[in-house]
Amino acid sequence: MNEFLTHYAFLIIPIVKIAILVFIVLTVDAYLTWIERKVIAHIQARWGPHRVGPHGLLQPLADGVKFIFKEDPLPANVDKVAYFLAPFITLMLALTSLSVIPFGPQHFTVFGYETGISIAEVNISLLVLFAITALSVYGVALAGWASNSKYSLLGGLRSSAQMVSYELALTLSVVGVLLIAGDFSLRTIVVQQGVKGNGLLSWNIFPQIIGFICFFIAAIAETNRVPFDLPEAESELVAGFHTEYASMKFAMFFIAEYTSMITVSCLATILFFGGWLSPFPASWTFTQYLPSVLLIPFGLWVIFDGIRYENMFGRMVLPVVGAVMAAIGFGLIVFPVVNDAIQGIFWFLAKVFTFLFVYIWMRGTLPRFRYDQLMSFGWKFLLPVSIANVVLTSVVILWRMH
Amino acid sequence: MTAPLVIFFVLAAVAVFGAISLIVQKHPIHSALSLILVMVALAGLYLLMGAEFVAAVQIIVYGGAIMVLFIFVIMLLNAGEEERTNLSKLAMYAGVPLAVAMTGLIAAAIVGSNTAMPARAPETLTSTRQLSTLLFQEFVYPFELTSFLILVAILGAIVLAQREN
Repeated sequence: MNEFLTHYAFLIIPIVKIAILVFIVLTVDAYLTWIERKVIAHIQARWGPHRVGPHGLLQPLADGVKFIFKEDPLPANVDKVAYFLAPFITLMLALTSLSVIPFGPQHFTVFGYETGISIAEVNISLLVLFAITALSVYGVALAGWASNSKYSLLGGLRSSAQMVSYELALTLSVVGVLLIAGDFSLRTIVVQQGVKGNGLLSWNIFPQIIGFICFFIAAIAETNRVPFDLPEAESELVAGFHTEYASMKFAMFFIAEYTSMITVSCLATILFFGGWLSPFPASWTFTQYLPSVLLIPFGLWVIFDGIRYENMFGRMVLPVVGAVMAAIGFGLIVFPVVNDAIQGIFWFLAKVFTFLFVYIWMRGTLPRFRYDQLMSFGWKFLLPVSIANVVLTSVVILWRMH
Repeated sequence: MTAPLVIFFVLAAVAVFGAISLIVQKHPIHSALSLILVMVALAGLYLLMGAEFVAAVQIIVYGGAIMVLFIFVIMLLNAGEEERTNLSKLAMYAGVPLAVAMTGLIAAAIVGSNTAMPARAPETLTSTRQLSTLLFQEFVYPFELTSFLILVAILGAIVLAQREN
């Protein structure tokens, strides 16, 4: 058995890692919808989901069950191949793009096979990501075209035009980071930001602030989120390219959208905000207790909130959840080895969730662009600024070399 | 069979299937989708040879940019299924034997040649850094001239489009 594992480790370990990552990502996607609804509700002075489970925490589960059991009608005269292919392409590409992202610094050896906290370590990982982004237009375009509905077709056309336009700015805004790092590998880009060891100050965001702004705007447009969600402008186009989709196929588009939000947040974290590196200088060793400092009070607060919750189920579940959180926090103080091991992932996830929060915050705050504004902003402002950023960065790097 | 060989045959089969499907399909969108399949399979073959940069660029430029334009135009024009006329039947009767003959000729040339073809790209071309050094130092003038040519073509297209208004 052990011999078999050693021999096929190169095949088994990636498959296990893919299964774990897909499980985690789908769960995070589901709870992202809950966080989004809660945050937007509080921005608009409402309660948000509150009925299923304590604080509506089981709402994603209920939504999932509903998606699976809904009827899935096939509209008349659709192009069947493209109609079925579109959601699969969209979801597959969205999940594939996560495979090249390194989530943490560690390398470990399992059954004689060296591996890290990522599915694949490719030395052109950034290019792979852009290649996948380039292909993801097809899912949207095909869904719009195959549905045999004018709303879907208009939504699909708008969406593909938007994605093609902003892809240029997205790619060019990253070139500055590539010039600084001198490598396409995401791991190298993160490691280089930590070489100087003075934390926050050596991240790419400071030399590349223009690049980051261009990147973030273009990335929001690529993921079709507010204020760039013209493809699904509901007051004009019903729901855009996925108007004619129902049940699980509709859910697949949604999962893909939330997954690409996660990918973009990971990418912004890696390229500009030092990935898994701590924002504090390496000499501040006391900052490694931050996960515990956050977890213990939050756990205690959940217990406190749970014992006076309005129904019996909440009074039973919430204190247990809070106790588990507080216990994990204490455990991290008691076992410094574990605490050291989770530092990288803690900072990575903290940054990624900050970006996801910004996404949701923008959805609750900003109005939608008009179509001509969108196009002229992309081509006449974002693209020239990203090109200027590339030229500026190159000149500064050359000037420093001499 | 070794793993790379298996992957090669799978990718080659996908590429050939896509190419045949491109011709056989009646609807332009289905043909365009088949062409994308060919592009992606070719990118996989490049990756297998160790030319990672070329593989990524193949997908970004051909699979992404160019084919999106194709699909976009087909969708905008709302092109329907192609019609079969007498002329297209004639083309089929003449074309199939010609295609078989062409394939036979190429196969014969490959079988008959004595020189062993290297399956991998030369080591100097594999990494992105080496490729860019070659492109921007040794062959910088041909490279710049090519991009100038493309710029001229773009300008020409814009002039042609403007003249109609």
